[in-house]
Amino acid sequence: MSILVLAEHHEGRLSAGTAHVVGAARAIGGDIDILVAGEHVAAIAEAAAKLDGVSRVRVADDAAYAHQLAEPLADLLVQLAGDYSHVLAAASTDGKNVLPRVAALKDVSQISEILSVESADTFKRPIYAGNAIATVQSSDPLKVITVRTTAFDPVSEGGAATIEPVDAVVSNALSRFIGEELAQNERPELGGARVVISGGRGMGNGDNFKLLDGIADKLGAAIGASRAAVDAGFVPNDMQVGQTGKIVAPELYIAVGISGAIQHLAGMKDSKVIVAINKDDEAPIFQVADYGLVGDLFEILPELEQKL
Amino acid sequence: MKVLVAVKRVIDYNVKIRVKPDHSDVDLTNVKMAMNPFCEIAVEEAVRLKEKGVATEIVAVTVGPKAAQEQLRTALALGADRAIHIETDERVESLAVAKLLKAVVDEEQPDLVILGKQAIDTDNNQTGQMLAALSGMGQGTFASEVAFGDGVEDGYVRVTREIDGGLQSVALKLPAVVTTDLRLNEPRYAKLPDIMKAKKKPLDSRTPEALGVAVSSGLELLKVETPAERKGGVKVGSVDELIDKLKNEAKVL
Repeated sequence: MSILVLAEHHEGRLSAGTAHVVGAARAIGGDIDILVAGEHVAAIAEAAAKLDGVSRVRVADDAAYAHQLAEPLADLLVQLAGDYSHVLAAASTDGKNVLPRVAALKDVSQISEILSVESADTFKRPIYAGNAIATVQSSDPLKVITVRTTAFDPVSEGGAATIEPVDAVVSNALSRFIGEELAQNERPELGGARVVISGGRGMGNGDNFKLLDGIADKLGAAIGASRAAVDAGFVPNDMQVGQTGKIVAPELYIAVGISGAIQHLAGMKDSKVIVAINKDDEAPIFQVADYGLVGDLFEILPELEQKL
Repeated sequence: MKVLVAVKRVIDYNVKIRVKPDHSDVDLTNVKMAMNPFCEIAVEEAVRLKEKGVATEIVAVTVGPKAAQEQLRTALALGADRAIHIETDERVESLAVAKLLKAVVDEEQPDLVILGKQAIDTDNNQTGQMLAALSGMGQGTFASEVAFGDGVEDGYVRVTREIDGGLQSVALKLPAVVTTDLRLNEPRYAKLPDIMKAKKKPLDSRTPEALGVAVSSGLELLKVETPAERKGGVKVGSVDELIDKLKNEAKVL
């Protein structure tokens, strides 16, 4: 077996998720190559070459691959895929954008967001927002797979893979990059944060979400919200954690004024430690919380911020 | 401009799912079904494009059993002009759905195809991208804004995409595929008179065979399980106790 891992990188740096995807590739077993595609990516290729278990880093350095547009990147992967039994990428917005395109062009299924490797052709993956786990087996000659990075340990550094350029040329008349607006706040992003603190309808209004700011600052946490808080207009939709929002699995999840509707639990129940703060001691959130604190959040939050 | 919108019938997002005792799949017997939430956003976007005078015709399409016509009627009530039902009782994987939709695209020649970014049952997030690939179109996935004329030339659409860490804007040559993310719009509810009117709008039924597409797949569903239940923990009496537990017991602070 031979596996091609698509490296993910942003602003000149190899993303941490790539080491986790290589971890998944090692669980499958076989030779592992990494593809680094982008413009001016020599430093990223060197970082990728250090990942343990990687034999070869293939580098496609061309303006066509800048900004990771799906159309040229998929064409490149299709040209290279013939050498491999598996193509893997992180189940990030980049990976989810490009891999289904590769699979369709190769006329094979794509397997999304695997949680574990049962064998080289059998994988577990979440369905119904993680409320059920499916075991799927692929009989396709090429397995095209996205990997939930938090489900696999990263490989360490210490490898010394060879670095080789890829000469493939692709043209792209379908899409054009216009611009990018990356969040400039110091807060980590919801999907990748070590700590997440979320507010629900119990926050009362959007202004009260400021009560979470100080705690988030002290913990280096991302701030989320329940669908109820979003629907009530307290905060924008991109803060939503849940089945219809973002799925998070941080080390610490603090739910404040959130009752714990099924659709919210689906988005955070894989967190390592869950804390619930709610005035209703019957709230369903306490059934999944490791630590529950019953009380008035308007008293608890300032005290928590001060004492942290 | 003609817009094709694909919708999927799925379990209502408020329903707690049950896995069948034989672990063959999730049990959908007597469960409330609805249009996939991301598909509702797709229909809403098409309707708004028509209200702005950009779109002239909206065609809704679905792949699924007879009952999926309910979701097409919902799309018609929300503002689609006509609907196409590709009827099959089989479990159809994303690639086969994309092939079926491509057959409809070939017939209908839409300028824009809008789909939800993923269905909340299988959570694949694949069909739009696959359809774009098979139809030789560009793709604007996870869209939070779809604009015409605004900074892009005729024959292109500008799509703002929700990517990890921010937003990306791309220009796509038409025809193109757009998949919807949450922030794109807030779907309206169908009004009763529109629901009545929708019953008279044209709904065309097709089969995969008639479209020349085999719905078989290289992917077999071996087993469906309930994930390990999370057990509730302890209640603490004070903020001090909470901080102490997080520091010394859970060791996450």
